[in-house]
Amino acid sequence: MPEKRVVLKNCGVIDPKDIESFISNGGFAGLKKAMDMTPSEVIQEIKDSNLRGRGGAGFPTGLKWDFASKAKGDEKYVICNADEGEVGTFKDRVILEEDPFSLIEAVAIASYAIGAKEAFIYLRAEYHYLLENLQNAIDQTKDKGFLDHVNIIIYEGAGAYVCGEETALIESIEGKRGDSRPRPPFPPSEGLWGKPTIVNNVETLMNIPRIMAEGKEWFNSIGTESSKGTKVLSVSGDVNKPGVYEMVMGSSLKELVEDLAGAENVKMVQVGGASGRIVPFENIDTPLTFETVLGAGGVLVFNNTRDVIEMVKKNAEFFEEESCGKCFPCREGTKRMLEILERLTEGTASRIDLEFLEDLSETMALTSLCGLGQAAPNSVVDTMEFYREEYESRVNDKVKV
Amino acid sequence: MEKVVEEVLNRHNNNTSILSVLKDVQEKCRYLPEEAISQVAEGLGVSINEVYEVATFYSFLSTGLLGENVIRICKSTPCFLKSCDVIVETVEKELGIGIGQTTEDNKFSLQLTNCIGACDKAPAMMINDKIYGNLTSEKVIEILKEYK
Ligand SMILES: Cc1cc2nc3c(=O)[nH]c(=O)nc-3n(C[C@H](O)[C@H](O)[C@H](O)COP(=O)(O)O)c2cc1C
Ligand code: SF4
Ligand code: FES
Repeated sequence: MPEKRVVLKNCGVIDPKDIESFISNGGFAGLKKAMDMTPSEVIQEIKDSNLRGRGGAGFPTGLKWDFASKAKGDEKYVICNADEGEVGTFKDRVILEEDPFSLIEAVAIASYAIGAKEAFIYLRAEYHYLLENLQNAIDQTKDKGFLDHVNIIIYEGAGAYVCGEETALIESIEGKRGDSRPRPPFPPSEGLWGKPTIVNNVETLMNIPRIMAEGKEWFNSIGTESSKGTKVLSVSGDVNKPGVYEMVMGSSLKELVEDLAGAENVKMVQVGGASGRIVPFENIDTPLTFETVLGAGGVLVFNNTRDVIEMVKKNAEFFEEESCGKCFPCREGTKRMLEILERLTEGTASRIDLEFLEDLSETMALTSLCGLGQAAPNSVVDTMEFYREEYESRVNDKVKV
Repeated sequence: MEKVVEEVLNRHNNNTSILSVLKDVQEKCRYLPEEAISQVAEGLGVSINEVYEVATFYSFLSTGLLGENVIRICKSTPCFLKSCDVIVETVEKELGIGIGQTTEDNKFSLQLTNCIGACDKAPAMMINDKIYGNLTSEKVIEILKEYK
């Protein structure tokens, strides 16, 4: 299956600083259509489109909106998650750089649908340089009279991966530490300042104006049975052409990595960033869908010269640093995990360490409070399955247990 | 300092967001000294501990003095695969400081960071708000000259 531009339709085509160029390329057709419908009709359209979240979890977008719309209260919020902290992911950056108008159009539609009078775009601190462009898009859209129903505010993060997690993000907008909240309650019933809130990823939102303009049937005609539409993938690592590629859902990883990005001598691919799953070369035909591998679509390619344990250790280092420390399994688990991987690379690991690593991974996945701790062991678990011999060969039998 | 914090607090009048206030104070003062933290706590009517917790949680906030220019070199996997260690070594040598340190003239602070979303241009780094990608030792030396 080929590349297809749905989300990135305007990227590289319009002038991101000029609303006229956006409008002449079909801009605001989706918003206009939405405003001619009732909010519940809009939500039904999104539900029927079968759009699912692009931020990592794949939750049905229409359903989320429906919960928030039906939740009690007059004050509701839309939040666009532009925190993009997952290692190896930069697609939201490209969207913000090249087509901020579609995103503003999408936020306007979402706000209309759930009845939010205020919306936030949570922009990671590392993307501060994109703020001016984004604010400019908001201002121009407002001047055209498209934002009479909602006030869109950009809120900047301050450097914390866990703040991409939606409840931590909400805490952060409230001005606090980005600690994840226990759930339930889920944000659509109790979110920002305790009010019904939807949090959607940048790329998820980008699909909204397209669906409104082209219709749910059109969207349903793209992709596989349970993964509709396209996915924007950020490819980096050992490839000749790193960058973003928008593929029809169900396209093969091989097509992306080898044919488009020009990878050679691939050893393995990690899909979904540091928290993603490992695909060994023999499975390179894996289709890209929610059911197989996807996450937020960061694709890290490793060639034959790379050391698997060294790469997994880099992931462990990341989680050890980014764990917020609130819950025990993740706070302690990420530390222990890194220590064992360090012992393996230094040649001071005993056989028991491998067993411990397996137990630890399972405990963390099952008992961590949020997705960070739950997903931190993913690359350990996968490489222990596919590259067991590399672990075994690092065990030092001379080390006393 | 006291005046600056007072000004920020006044501007945030009805706002009780600790993070927003701290971001603004840091922008003005370059870092968050102890006195500023207690002043913010008093101004917002919260405990010093609460403010301190926020100040130490976020990597872009700093309770230690920072140089005029903060260099953040990315060390996450995609940049690691493109030899970011060479970039770190070059900057260390050029500035005569190690990671986590600030030059004596307070011009530069050097830090490592996790992925800054520029992996298509790995290895990458930030100086203040600006991103630099596809780095080589030669390129880094040229870039640093602009800030010296
Ligand atoms: C540790 C962690 C980090 C996350 N980071 C992001 C992020 O940077 N951007 C994002 O859109 N979602 C991120 N998510 C997922 C969000 O919690 C949430 O599911 C998503 O924003 C929902 O939007 P969607 O349904 O449109 O995908 C993260 C989740 C976890 C557990
Ligand atoms: S799993 Fe990790 S990041 Fe999430 S709440 Fe627990 S300690 Fe914090
Ligand atoms: S890994 Fe360095 S910018 Fe993403």
